[in-house]
Amino acid sequence: MTGHERLMPELPSDSVGVVTPQTAHFDDPLDLACGKTLPAYDLVYETYGTLNAERSNAVLICHALSGHHHAAGFHSQDDRKPGWWDAHIGPGKSIDTRHFFVVSLNNLGGCHGSTGPISDNPETGRQWGPEFPMMTVTDWVHSQTRLADRLGIERFAAVIGGSLGGMQAMQWALMYPERVANVAVIAATPKLSAQNIAFNEVARQAIRSDPDFHDGWYAEHHKVPKRGLKLARMVGHITYLSEDAMGSKFGRDLRSDDFNFGYDVEFQVESYLRYQGDTFSTSFDANTYLLMTKVLDYFDPAAPHGGDLARALAPAECPFLVVSFTTDWRFPPSRSRDIVDALIRAGKRVSFANIDSPHGHDAFLMPDPRYQAVFAAFMSRVAADLSLEGRP
Amino acid sequence: MKRADFTLIHDWVPEGAHILDLACGDGTLLAALARDKQVTGYGLEIDPDGITSCIARGVNVIEQNLDEGLANFEDNACDIVIMTQALQALRRPDLMMDEMLRVAGECIITFPNFAYWRHRAYLGFKGYMPVSKSLPHAWYDTPNIHLSTFNDFERLCSDKGLIIVDRAVGIGDHEGHWTSRLWPNLFGEIAIFRVSRGQ
Repeated sequence: MTGHERLMPELPSDSVGVVTPQTAHFDDPLDLACGKTLPAYDLVYETYGTLNAERSNAVLICHALSGHHHAAGFHSQDDRKPGWWDAHIGPGKSIDTRHFFVVSLNNLGGCHGSTGPISDNPETGRQWGPEFPMMTVTDWVHSQTRLADRLGIERFAAVIGGSLGGMQAMQWALMYPERVANVAVIAATPKLSAQNIAFNEVARQAIRSDPDFHDGWYAEHHKVPKRGLKLARMVGHITYLSEDAMGSKFGRDLRSDDFNFGYDVEFQVESYLRYQGDTFSTSFDANTYLLMTKVLDYFDPAAPHGGDLARALAPAECPFLVVSFTTDWRFPPSRSRDIVDALIRAGKRVSFANIDSPHGHDAFLMPDPRYQAVFAAFMSRVAADLSLEGRP
Repeated sequence: MKRADFTLIHDWVPEGAHILDLACGDGTLLAALARDKQVTGYGLEIDPDGITSCIARGVNVIEQNLDEGLANFEDNACDIVIMTQALQALRRPDLMMDEMLRVAGECIITFPNFAYWRHRAYLGFKGYMPVSKSLPHAWYDTPNIHLSTFNDFERLCSDKGLIIVDRAVGIGDHEGHWTSRLWPNLFGEIAIFRVSRGQ
């Protein structure tokens, strides 16, 4: 070991280590559900682990509303914050990178490197901004198959996602049953409820009514609709936590000893929400946020089948793992049960676990002994079926 | 398979059947039936460790409380519904039997026989609620809230107009002791019934 290396902070031994995002450029136009066509696009992605010679050990991770390609590991030796699903991806973790080759991408419309509203529109020379075509889960899955083709992956050992990511995983099984061996749908729903859409609409209105929004052309006005984004994130954040989690974290704790009878931050929960909102408003693109919430609203694979989810799921061939969390009220366990019941009616292989967690919807991102046991059991079976265990 | 009742069930389940295993535990029975008899189907369980074991061995398991019924399974969704050692722990065993025979034309049920002579002796001579290998709990913490006898179960089937296709009793873990002839209500520790819908 050299002296230089000794000065580096140690990364955890169960981390995938330092990872570097890559970009794949595509020139084949992508026809979208909205009727428009994306002539060319980039997808930024990360990979962890090694693709085996048979190319049979690839796992696709689909991200949620504000997620991105950086799911695991660190971007540099002194990066303090690992990827958003680092609790579950790494050597010895649920998605064990000693067996699996993990692919995680930023979806189209995102703001972390893949083509989206902050990219330039080659036809106009302007930023896409609000003119970036509306996306759907099916468009994303379609684009993900192109990335799989590029990486030489004919069939994923598993496609996995939480929340909006779970919707993509489900869509994979319907659209490309021959290209996915297993699917894990975590804290998801077969469609948004009126209440879910209502919360999304409040978030959208918060952004769109910000005077700095300029109908989505804020970049050209050198503005950022920070207040709107902040409000949108604050509303969203409330729906990600459970009442109990908020209660135990903040209760009615005050920032100072007594009420100060004003509208400045008094309660700790106000401080927390404002902080979350502020951080988000400087790191996320408003047009991307609007688009992502619409992707959520539009998702309803049963709709073309008269609302019959079992019929929608008929093409699926793979085993499913469905996981929900007891205190999730955004996509509650009953929505996961709807997916499970439809899979049973369709005669599909499915296992379902409802994890007792206090963390609400956000539980899907966190470590939890039972969640990890279930997830690891599923992935070990995936590895065993493909005879991946015991190989480098 | 270690459990004695599993051996008999294994013999009774036809090749390629689509089955539902209520309170499937760690999935031992379903895994063996899938391996040896190519059965398909689902297990229902609420125990977290059991669910994890099922998932690890590739048994389809649904986390579901049996007391909430089987409404998510359609009429005649399966060929056979199996329930081993769980009937006595349900809030309404009679309603569960209706549910089981709605989902499948036939069901296999095993339960501890409260009229087993050792249980009778325990209660009769010692004056305490029986504790045995098949009834391992104390009266205050037992999940077994609806204990019954071999005879009780026969009567329930008769009252419901169900057909008892086959029945047997077993003693402890001894596979060789399955019998249906000699005073089953007295000598059987575990009762096992194969029941189908009446006409």
